[in-house]
Amino acid sequence: MSVVTLIFDNIFIILTILMWSIVVFIPILIGVILAVYGDRKIWAAVQKRKGPNVVGPFGLFQVPADGLKYIFKEIIIPDGSDKVLFIFAPILTFGLAIGAWSVIPIQMGAALSNINVGILYIFAISSLGVYGILIAGWSSNSKYPFFGALRSAAQMVSYEVSIGFVIVTVLMCVGSLNLTDIVLAQKDIWFFIPLFPMFIVFFISALAETNRPPFDLPEAESELVAGYQTEYSAMPFVLFFFGEYANILLMCAMTTILFLGGWLPPFDIAPFNMIPGFVWFLLKLLFVFYMFAMVKAFVPRYRYDQLMRLGWKVFLPVSLISVVLTSSVLFFFNLAPNLI
Amino acid sequence: MKILNRLKAFFLMDFVRAYFLAQRYFFKKKSTLNYPYEKGKLSPRFRGEHALRRYPSGEERCIGCKLCEAVCPAQAITIETEPRDDGTRRTTRYDIDMVKCIYCGLCEESCPVDAIVQGPHFEFSTETREELYYDKDKLLLNGDRWESVIADNLEKDAKYK
Repeated sequence: MSVVTLIFDNIFIILTILMWSIVVFIPILIGVILAVYGDRKIWAAVQKRKGPNVVGPFGLFQVPADGLKYIFKEIIIPDGSDKVLFIFAPILTFGLAIGAWSVIPIQMGAALSNINVGILYIFAISSLGVYGILIAGWSSNSKYPFFGALRSAAQMVSYEVSIGFVIVTVLMCVGSLNLTDIVLAQKDIWFFIPLFPMFIVFFISALAETNRPPFDLPEAESELVAGYQTEYSAMPFVLFFFGEYANILLMCAMTTILFLGGWLPPFDIAPFNMIPGFVWFLLKLLFVFYMFAMVKAFVPRYRYDQLMRLGWKVFLPVSLISVVLTSSVLFFFNLAPNLI
Repeated sequence: MKILNRLKAFFLMDFVRAYFLAQRYFFKKKSTLNYPYEKGKLSPRFRGEHALRRYPSGEERCIGCKLCEAVCPAQAITIETEPRDDGTRRTTRYDIDMVKCIYCGLCEESCPVDAIVQGPHFEFSTETREELYYDKDKLLLNGDRWESVIADNLEKDAKYK
């Protein structure tokens, strides 16, 4: 069977997949545009500036305008670079950042695919994200991207360890890897109250995981120009930038789902539970993103050894201890969820 | 004390305080000036674009003494003079190279008749360098255009001179 007939026979399935891809992509595109805009506005407000306010109403078109400008620019590929990998790296980062969104439940039953190992899937995808950065830094064949990529790889690997343990504690309280089940398990109490230290650890690790300030060492412009993005221009740069912000939003969504009760209203009484779930979800996501942006505004960048010390000597023991603590409490007080 | 500091660090007290500080600044009045639409206040002594003034009768003030040309540290001013038909000495050429000019205001200070002054106008960027070689006509035109503001500023500043 030739490729053409293969495509032709399965045209319906391919079209369905394409359609779903667009259904996921468009909201993320809008979300990222608003996130970049909000990020700049919040940062500006803390510094007593106004932020973008010229292009379009309230400067809302500033980000799309910047994006269009980048798209129409020339793609510069350095002479000494590995050209295939150089182009592949941003595509990988972008694709992974989009792909992870397919399991995020915005509302009861409103996830693209409600798979049983949703959280593992997200953890795996976000761990793969480091490859995009590593490949970008290596294939650029230039010193700043190389250092940026090395830093980024070390940083993401270290903080993924503690993120993993935080997720384990949450999973022990839920008894399921399904993201919808995780949200439903918070019907009585959102997990950020009983697991408050874990919430903080997860939030800070998420900052490190997405290379956000104060952990933006991989792209620290005062030291490394732009880190692994140094040699990138035009469309590949946009893909990196987009992937980065999509990842930030993903981490905000993860914090919402794991600790802030996803789409559940704060009180299950009349005025609150009449508002549809995705509104609550978006409000919580917005709050977490606001905290992300505020942290960027008031915390100075960490030194590299401080970053590593925090990851390995503070967060790892804290999260390990709380895994033990949580499991003991669940066991001795007979609170563990009934596993099938 | 050391234990207290450790505890503070453990509970991220610094960050909590920093957050509230940042939140306070978040709601503060913005210090941004929307420049092309809003403009800052200018002092009466502001040294902007040059202008050659006239007397109320319409007679130009400049008597061609060349003190400004002599004092100009950037040597941006070029003056040529000749006696006019009525016997008074007047400039036939008064050029200022606005590219050379350092806007120090010495020409204005040296002028015995308040002819050359630096007005409040500062947005005179051009697309070509040639447009910034001002001649006498241009400077007199500037004087006519800004006379009211310049006269007002000179009066405000007179008591400090």
